[in-house]
Amino acid sequence: MQVSINVNGEQRSHEVEPRLLLVHFLRDVLGLTGTNVGCDTSSCGACTVHLDGEAVKSCTVLAAQADGLAVKTIEGMADADGTLHPMQRSFQENHGLQCGFCTPGMVMAATSLLEENANPTEREVREGIEGNLCRCTGYHNIVQAILAAAAEGGRR
Amino acid sequence: MIPAAFEYERVDSVEGALAALATHGDEAKLLAGGHSLLPLMKLRFATPSVLVDVGRLKELSYIREDGDEIAIGALTRHLDVETSSLLKEQAPILAHAAGQVGDPQVRHRGTLGGSLAHGDPASDLPAVILALGGSMVITGQGGTTRTVAATDFFTGFLETALAPDELLTEVRVPKVPGAGWSFQKLTKRAQDWAIVGAAVVRSNGSSGIALVNMGSTPLRASAAEAALASGASVADAAAVADQDASPSADINASEEYRRHLARVLVRRGLEEASK
Repeated sequence: MQVSINVNGEQRSHEVEPRLLLVHFLRDVLGLTGTNVGCDTSSCGACTVHLDGEAVKSCTVLAAQADGLAVKTIEGMADADGTLHPMQRSFQENHGLQCGFCTPGMVMAATSLLEENANPTEREVREGIEGNLCRCTGYHNIVQAILAAAAEGGRR
Repeated sequence: MIPAAFEYERVDSVEGALAALATHGDEAKLLAGGHSLLPLMKLRFATPSVLVDVGRLKELSYIREDGDEIAIGALTRHLDVETSSLLKEQAPILAHAAGQVGDPQVRHRGTLGGSLAHGDPASDLPAVILALGGSMVITGQGGTTRTVAATDFFTGFLETALAPDELLTEVRVPKVPGAGWSFQKLTKRAQDWAIVGAAVVRSNGSSGIALVNMGSTPLRASAAEAALASGASVADAAAVADQDASPSADINASEEYRRHLARVLVRRGLEEASK
């Protein structure tokens, strides 16, 4: 079947199998490998992207379900000139990562969280990223990074 | 993990969904948010040959007052149930429990009707609808509708009263603005399925108590409800909370531990609902 999905502002049309998962469309068809596959069971959140502005786990969405909608991945967060999104910068400044595998999903979940709650408490941040696992257990600095980004109005 | 191959058909109306079901029969499955069905398909526990995507039926996404009840469109997402000011006021346990489903990403996609139609005994919301004494509005071929009480809806493991050519279109719950309520859920990690859960609603002297993951279906703790109705204390009612249940053992809990949890969680729930 033909799908046409706006990915990071660019309309991408491809012939795909109905069973193709959105994460495989992004990684294998478009070559956007910033979105990781971790558990592949909608538990870990490494594959989190925005679908029409909201965080979803792209391992549990069919590319067909995203047909006609807008997807944003970690590759679409920085400006064209390389200026990082405020959330990316905050993760960098607060050392909100260790191995980095969960980071793209964390950044996408965190920006979606701030869209729904611009000034979360620490508890709300922790609950807001409950769908994202960091196997390095580096949650402390991830939470600090999100709180710092929120304090700076980091939604953009 | 890749699902087995299937044909995909997106419909844009209830009529279109019913027509697709009439054409494909029980070879077809309805796809709403997909957060119960797609994981099963990736594991190849489910291999439908046709997926009928109803995920964009905006006409089935609503929450509104209807007399003594709140009517909720089957395709209303967990996020919209969680944040509904009408539900927070009139049936707060449902808004609260919707916010406990999975995680934010799941709540952006998963729907109330999808969760109920899936009929998973480990799901949170079937127990809440049971405790509230809610009902399901089912639309069949030709647009005829029938209403099934939640107590009659869950018929077996992942089985419901829905026929293969029918569509769950609406969920109805009574307005219980002043009711005492509690939703208890024990998980190992924040986003996990409940090892055991309990939903409690106490309103006008009657009590609805339902259990999560305590048998092959979502189920009511009828013995505990009856004990309260005949004047038993919270502690005595909670002591029989597992009497109607037949929990299984798995990697997370033995049968006896699940029974223990049901008694403890129902006691905590009744105490919280009685404040």
